[in-house]
Amino acid sequence: MATEAGRKNVEGLPEKVHVWPYLVRLEFLCAIIVVLALTVWSITIDAPLEEAANPTKTPNPSKAPWYFLGLQDILVYFDPWFAGVVAPVLIIVGLMLIPYLDVNPKGNGYYTYTERKLAIWVYCFGFLVLWIALIIMGVFLRGPGWNLFMPWQYWDPHKVVALVNVDLPYAFGVRSYNMALLFGGAVVLGYFALGTAVYFFLERKAIKYVGFLRMFIKIQLLLIMGGMVIKIVLRLGFNIKYIWVTPWFNI
Amino acid sequence: MNKVKSGEILDDIKKQVTESQVWASTFRHGYADTPRNRVLQIASNVWLHLHPVKMHRHALRIKFTWCMGGITFLLFLSTVVTGVILMFYYRPVGEYAYYDMKYLQYDVPFGMLMRNMHRWAAHAMVITVWLHMFRVFLTGSYKPPREFNWVIGVFLVTFTLLLSFTGYLLPWDQLAMWAVTVGTNMARATPFLGHEGPFAEFVGVTPRYDARSMLLGGSLVGPPALLRFYVLHCIFIPLVAGALMIVHFWRIRKDGGISGPL
Ligand code: HEM
Repeated sequence: MATEAGRKNVEGLPEKVHVWPYLVRLEFLCAIIVVLALTVWSITIDAPLEEAANPTKTPNPSKAPWYFLGLQDILVYFDPWFAGVVAPVLIIVGLMLIPYLDVNPKGNGYYTYTERKLAIWVYCFGFLVLWIALIIMGVFLRGPGWNLFMPWQYWDPHKVVALVNVDLPYAFGVRSYNMALLFGGAVVLGYFALGTAVYFFLERKAIKYVGFLRMFIKIQLLLIMGGMVIKIVLRLGFNIKYIWVTPWFNI
Repeated sequence: MNKVKSGEILDDIKKQVTESQVWASTFRHGYADTPRNRVLQIASNVWLHLHPVKMHRHALRIKFTWCMGGITFLLFLSTVVTGVILMFYYRPVGEYAYYDMKYLQYDVPFGMLMRNMHRWAAHAMVITVWLHMFRVFLTGSYKPPREFNWVIGVFLVTFTLLLSFTGYLLPWDQLAMWAVTVGTNMARATPFLGHEGPFAEFVGVTPRYDARSMLLGGSLVGPPALLRFYVLHCIFIPLVAGALMIVHFWRIRKDGGISGPL
């Protein structure tokens, strides 16, 4: 027993090796492979060049570069001020805040799922589903009029999709504009207030050492991310257009 | 004659060369595989010295890093080299840009290859930087003391996308113009600062004077936008991104090398 523990300790010691040659030769090998692959790729496949730019001829569909198609797809569910401006800013700021919001000291410098399940789930969901899956959908399945087409379907530019969406207050029978304004506001603000309250209640023991501000920002970001999913589900499943309509913006 | 036959002359020549003033002033240390030379090889070379001299063995494992940070950097360098070559033939002017592309493709020796390499390296870089970020997340390498380097990284991924996006317009074909139109149309919905955005009426922005027109130099994607995107793409963003990369690499060293389970 004692010897085994001793050996483990020696193995655990920071063993250091010279960067030259151990790392540099790996980098060199890797560089050769990448440059070769890039060269073969560039010899075999030509970059696209369509006809000259023509401001009077709008293609249908008009697609942003592929890496932004996730955001373009969110335009189906959100107005441009959110999908095109606020959402990207929130993504960037949210990503920058990750190291300051995730205070779990475990899983620093090695792969682990069990020690940080929630963090891994949130990141994988955001990256693989909300970002990558939407891009794949945008590239392959979005056709004329930004309608959804299966790979085997003909991209019919005259496809008609009935617009049957209604706003959430309307679906609940609220007919007057001002009441709808109040109802929508109550739903949106209530969602955030309730979500925050529940989180703080469940994690009340953590407030002391994690800190109020940190927990508050974290739950707001998570609620926004969850809210986006809820909105997408409401649209696809229940034909809800807006939840909150105001004179200045709609959500 | 004896010296030639016995091969001694080669040793003589080698001695003459390696002890000459030119050689000694160029190569600052010998090549013999000694620990001292291994250190000097990194420390006295401007290109290699962003590396540490020694590192943990575990950080060599491709299974740990996926090599994605290094490949991203290599692809960035590839776009710099091929991009400079393209700049010799390309004019960011409405009347010329598209025909310069045609010229590059059909008349310039290796022009098509340079264009392909530039474009595919740029696309690949977007993918590898996302994978790099994914791996850094999965290994929890943003945790103390590397928080700040993660923040630099988020700037880097943003600039990588902006580099790609500004370059997308330059071929000045239908694909370019409309993709950038779709992308920049978002700017007019900026709260307060875009003419169709929430609260715009309180600021008084107009289609010809708002966030989008500042980006495009007009109210649509025209020649002024082409010139703006060209300058951003070839000068401003590469310089900023390059500087940030240097900081990024420096911080890896200062934060104690690649993270590990220690
Ligand atoms: C142009 C883009 C980038 C380049 C060229 C780059 C380059 C590198 C390189 C060469 C490494 C060494 C280890 C490795 O290869 O994995 C590294 C590590 C690191 N990168 Fe990046 N990177 C970039 C973008 C990013 C982004 C987007 C993030 C995160 C948001 C990031 C965060 C980090 C962190 C935290 C480390 C330290 C990892 C550790 O200690 O295990 N980098 N980067």
